[in-house]
Amino acid sequence: MRNVNLYIAIMAGVTYLIRVLPLTLIRRPIKNRFIQSFLFYVPYVTLAVMTFPAIVEATQSPVAGALALCAGVVLAYLGAGLFPVAVSCCAVVLIAEFLLV
Amino acid sequence: MKASSQTSPGAYAGFDHGAAFRQGLRDGIPIGLGYFAVSFSLGISARGAGLSALQGFFASLFTSASAGEYAVFTSIAAQATYLEIALITLIANARYLLMSCALSQRFAPEMPFQHRLLIGTAVTDEIFGVTIARPGLIDPYYTYGVILTSVIPWAAGTSCGIVMGNLLPARIVSALSVALYGMFLAIIIPPARRSRIVAGLVLAGFAASWAAGKLPVISGFSGGTRTIVLTVLLAGIAALLFPVQSAHYTEEEMDA
Repeated sequence: MRNVNLYIAIMAGVTYLIRVLPLTLIRRPIKNRFIQSFLFYVPYVTLAVMTFPAIVEATQSPVAGALALCAGVVLAYLGAGLFPVAVSCCAVVLIAEFLLV
Repeated sequence: MKASSQTSPGAYAGFDHGAAFRQGLRDGIPIGLGYFAVSFSLGISARGAGLSALQGFFASLFTSASAGEYAVFTSIAAQATYLEIALITLIANARYLLMSCALSQRFAPEMPFQHRLLIGTAVTDEIFGVTIARPGLIDPYYTYGVILTSVIPWAAGTSCGIVMGNLLPARIVSALSVALYGMFLAIIIPPARRSRIVAGLVLAGFAASWAAGKLPVISGFSGGTRTIVLTVLLAGIAALLFPVQSAHYTEEEMDA
């Protein structure tokens, strides 16, 4: 049996380097227009990719997840903030699964 | 947002760190709720890897990476070598490299260096998402507020999962697990409403992510790897077709 604390240290160390190297090494604004545009679009794509279909697969019933997705999109479109949208999605799942599961 | 506020050299000195920190604390709460639910189930896999509640707490506190930690815990349970653990961590968490690159472009040049080291402790999908969604230059104190109210529940949830196992009713876990996604939606939908390009990109992201889970070869990749591949591909195509005017997120660009 290997040392669990060492495993944890390796995991934490590698993760920290991944995060901190770009933050500390890139000290100036990037001038290249392609890279600027690429980095501008990164967050939207990343979050979209991670949201769907994961939201439908995270719940016990996929229907509840799909309803939460619809509720979240509509509320966010109407301008609701992070917390109201997140809580509404949870409530939708709770109610939907109460009826469905 | 005023374009001048990002270019004036003294922008950082003008920040109200206290207000930013309090806003961060508030925005971190929904993240923390979702984190607690996710890390509770993560704790169950940590328990399988033989971690104590204390080890689980610190593993999550210092790593804060759901997919990465999950991959590592299952690998520890399978008696992986130290090198394998390093590689698995690298692959599962490589997307944070992209996120940190994007964040690096939003720091004030005169911001003290230690803030870069501190923010580097917790560039998670969610903390990155709320930080980058703020207009203009990043006030690190906003991010510290978010970290405080989200990473502590994350670490505590891992410990609870290790100690209590499957005690939380499945119904509650199920409901809490969508909190994170609801938050993602609240981040990406408003800009998508303002910009047809972003809207198209979000839809393309949804479709590509769904397809990637079904197609041969790519569906065999881990979730983290798929996120990197699709992000590089779609953001790259968008950058080629619709280059933006500057690195900063100005209202004019969002109205494009």
